[in-house]
Amino acid sequence: MNLGVQMGGEELSLEKVSAFFGKKEIVKSVSFDVANREVMALIGPSGCGKSTLLRCINRLHEETPGAWVRGRIQLKNLDIYGPAVDPVEIRSHIGMVFQKPNPFPGFSIFENVVAGLTIRGVRKRSYLADVAERSLRAAALWDEVKDILKAPGLSLSGGQQQRLCIARAIAVNPSLLLMDEPTSALDPISTAKIEELLFDLKKNVTILIVTHNLQQAARISDQVAFMYLGDLVEVGSTAQIFTKPTNVQTENYITGRFG
Amino acid sequence: MMFLQGRFLPVAVQKKSEVRSSDLAFLMALRGLALILILGFTSIVFFLYFQSRPLIAQEGLSFFWGREWSPADNRFGALPFIYGTLVTSALALLLASPVAVGSALFLTVLAPHWLRRPTAFLIEMLAAIPSVVYGLWGIFMIVPLVRTFQVDLQNVVGDVPLFSGPPLGVGFLAAGLILAIMILPTIASVCREVFGAVPTVNFEAALTLGATRWEALRMAVLRASVPGILTAVTLGLGRALGETMAVTMLVGNRAVISPSLNSVGATMASIIANEYPEAASDLHLSALTAVGLALFVISLLVNLGARWIGTFYRRKMGF
Ligand SMILES: Nc1ncnc2c1ncn2[C@@H]1O[C@H](COP(=O)(O)OP(=O)(O)OP(=O)(O)O)[C@@H](O)[C@H]1O
Ligand SMILES: [Mg+2]
Repeated sequence: MNLGVQMGGEELSLEKVSAFFGKKEIVKSVSFDVANREVMALIGPSGCGKSTLLRCINRLHEETPGAWVRGRIQLKNLDIYGPAVDPVEIRSHIGMVFQKPNPFPGFSIFENVVAGLTIRGVRKRSYLADVAERSLRAAALWDEVKDILKAPGLSLSGGQQQRLCIARAIAVNPSLLLMDEPTSALDPISTAKIEELLFDLKKNVTILIVTHNLQQAARISDQVAFMYLGDLVEVGSTAQIFTKPTNVQTENYITGRFG
Repeated sequence: MMFLQGRFLPVAVQKKSEVRSSDLAFLMALRGLALILILGFTSIVFFLYFQSRPLIAQEGLSFFWGREWSPADNRFGALPFIYGTLVTSALALLLASPVAVGSALFLTVLAPHWLRRPTAFLIEMLAAIPSVVYGLWGIFMIVPLVRTFQVDLQNVVGDVPLFSGPPLGVGFLAAGLILAIMILPTIASVCREVFGAVPTVNFEAALTLGATRWEALRMAVLRASVPGILTAVTLGLGRALGETMAVTMLVGNRAVISPSLNSVGATMASIIANEYPEAASDLHLSALTAVGLALFVISLLVNLGARWIGTFYRRKMGF
């Protein structure tokens, strides 16, 4: 499967995407586009379906029993819910970082970073070492761990673990990175480090990030999408959403009147 | 008690006398219980030691590697029983562990949801069946099956050392098999809990890296569970080492050391159960207690060893 690398253009395009748990419609007909190498922040009150929407994009949603998706999602030009598409293949092009850092137990730092490659049968030591260094540098963790690569991933601090997970996600060279509140479990210093890191990452990948921290959304994103009760209420450039939102619900949310 | 004081009283007024009386009563009760446990343990050790002393005085430590057991001639060597216990237990572990781990994995992650609870319940029930019932069932089901297998095997591949000798049905193979069946639910139910405790996000993280479900299971669930699986297997081994009734009914009860699984034999537990009621001399009694002492020590070592492996692995891999 060749996803092709284009400069500019749409990386990701959602068309009337609805997500269900059984009969319950959690995400309701959401459409938006994210351009290549853009950062889009997904905001909205708790329970509005942000995580669910994110999990539709890498076909993780369907792993929950009874969960299903309607609508069309295109990654580059590929319809990821197309009949001939293998979800395993799709996921290997899309990285994901979860709310809580989750290095694999029993895996060393090194093994964690290259886990995505070893799954695919890559065994060449020198190549793995290269990728590990590159990814750890990109995740701004290399200097802290370069001498302890054999130590367990879980022996790191929470902030370091989260950067390790980012390194693990980008080691397989995804073109899209999904992040679900990646800093909400971290202290301010680790949070600042990861935000800084996102600026570098976006030179190479498109990022869709869920956050409850509006300042964070304002600092790091190019576009903001606001969701409420499963609906996409408004999407626009970050400046526009934060200075003159067109929708009154958006305005209420960003001014802290609810949510 | 420290935490209670720290919680409710400012540091300056923390004094022993101010521990509330209800807390004190609770503390004393706990201490009493702990004391009972310790007393129980030490009295077992003392009993085993003093009862076996006459025998060890006569035979020395060579008792533990003496190969001959003949009470009529006052000859006591425990090796056949140590050997029998180790062979049957090892066989049981070898047969039961993969099946138990596999079925636990199936139950926690692969089986359809409606099937999980009934099957888990069934496994717990298997663990509750009394061992004499297993023994009876073994005599009627396992022994004939084993005999058929032994006959067929000798017809097909001839006399291999591991399966040589007359196909009696009873013996190491039958005992190992019944032990495997008995420890399977123990291992499986502990493994089920271990697998269930692995957070779903670990599994999902593996999926997002492009792993198939099976690969995700292997890297995120199985590997994270290694210490837990070791614990489960140790518990199973503990049960196999000490299991008495069913083994006594199936092992053949002869003090034999043979490399063949077809051979009859005896285990430490089975010889005690068999000969204690009709032990003729004090020395014979003492010898049987010494076998009990050996069983106790071996079980203790196995447990300590497994604990050590678990701690080592945990520390090395950071769980
Ligand atoms: N497995 C499930 N079965 C049924 N309903 C679910 C399931 N998981 C989530 N939901 C429901 O879907 C809705 C959206 O959940 P989701 O996790 O997407 O919200 P969110 O916007 O990410 O919230 P938060 O900001 O708190 O993370 C919630 O109302 C939740 O109750
Ligand atoms: Mg969420």
